[in-house]
Amino acid sequence: MEILDFFRLTQAEISILLLSLKVALFCVVLILVPAVALAWVLARKSFFGKSLLDSLIHLPLVMPPVVPGFLLLLVLGNQGIIGKYLHQTFGISLAFTWAGAVVASAVMAFPLMVRSVRLSISQVDKGLEIAAQSLGAHPLRVFFSITLPLSLPGIITGVILAFSRSMGEFGATITFVGNIENETRTLPLAIYSYTQTPDGDMPALRLVILSMALALGALMVSDKLERKAQQQIGRGHD
Amino acid sequence: MIEVQARLKRPHFELDVSLQLAHRVTALFGPSGSGKSTLLAVIAGIIKPESGRVVVNGERLFDSVQHINQPIYQRKIGLVFQDGRLFPHLNVAQNLAYALNFTPVAQQQFELGQITELLEIGHLLKQLPHQLSGGEKQRVALGRALLSSPRLLMLDEPLASLDDRLKNQILPFLKRVADEISIPMIYISHSKEEIMQITNNVMHIDHGRILAQ
Repeated sequence: MEILDFFRLTQAEISILLLSLKVALFCVVLILVPAVALAWVLARKSFFGKSLLDSLIHLPLVMPPVVPGFLLLLVLGNQGIIGKYLHQTFGISLAFTWAGAVVASAVMAFPLMVRSVRLSISQVDKGLEIAAQSLGAHPLRVFFSITLPLSLPGIITGVILAFSRSMGEFGATITFVGNIENETRTLPLAIYSYTQTPDGDMPALRLVILSMALALGALMVSDKLERKAQQQIGRGHD
Repeated sequence: MIEVQARLKRPHFELDVSLQLAHRVTALFGPSGSGKSTLLAVIAGIIKPESGRVVVNGERLFDSVQHINQPIYQRKIGLVFQDGRLFPHLNVAQNLAYALNFTPVAQQQFELGQITELLEIGHLLKQLPHQLSGGEKQRVALGRALLSSPRLLMLDEPLASLDDRLKNQILPFLKRVADEISIPMIYISHSKEEIMQITNNVMHIDHGRILAQ
């Protein structure tokens, strides 16, 4: 009985988990369309300033997360350049809210999604797109009927990577939106908080196990989905 | 009637052609690197020449003087490539029907059934491209191009990646299309034998120039 009790989540743990899932889900929804569009531009177009744009997108990957977190605070905080306007005009406040946590993890997850989708799009044979155009399809139609379905494996990988990155996001989140229970205290922040309290080791360990289980599940689901997508586009047997 | 005039300079290659095709079926013959695929790309709108014009049945698809340059998807030129280029995520039926989405019913020259019968691919409709043999792929690619009701059909080395046995299986179908369907056709190949089976109207091209007509 005691062993079973160990696996039963407490009310507090459930709300931490739900908050983390909510933030990660909104993060993926927020960046999916812009990431795919940008990935297409980077994979298919050449223009002035492309490598600069590419580097800018990738900055969050190579910087300490606290840096984008701090920049977000300067820009979108309630006293920030844009945040002040949002707050005064629309009453929207991102700092210290769960929506702000979404934005923080979106900035961190964005490059991962762009990278993976871009790689997938650049592997789609341009000859197929030309063939589709010769059959009368407008380039936009070609994108939705040929390029996008053939890039699906990379999009799935991108979604899973972004979701996981958001679930694990710590530095940018705590800097931008703090560590507020039931508002911005996602799984990693909760683990951190427990390690800072006396007798917090056990609750921390429970959340660590939960995090690992979630990560493992995400990887397994993505592997299965990717395989299925590969088969659908006829690459499964190669 | 097809009229093409085009000049195009590349670092190691120059295309400079002027030709008129009066026959319904013409073969374009030349070694690899002679410019025949470039010429095809110019006619189809894949490559824009520096100057010239492309007129098919009186319609100007490209004219550098009048600043006309119709995009590929408006030119209605059916293409069959050496590598087939079937859409790997769509089955044979969906590949064949792809162009029907963009062709008003009144302008559709063929029905799906007509084409599958002509090319004997009716039994393959539910298959995915990777399940087909090389010869079957090319027949489907040919059918897909025909179903776009093109004003001109261009085949770029459609048999080059097939072995002799398969070539001999496909040639009768190509001949059937050339003979039975009233769409103008340009057949590109580096093989004299292949061309002789399709048509007697041969145009030689080499080093980016038309040699003999």
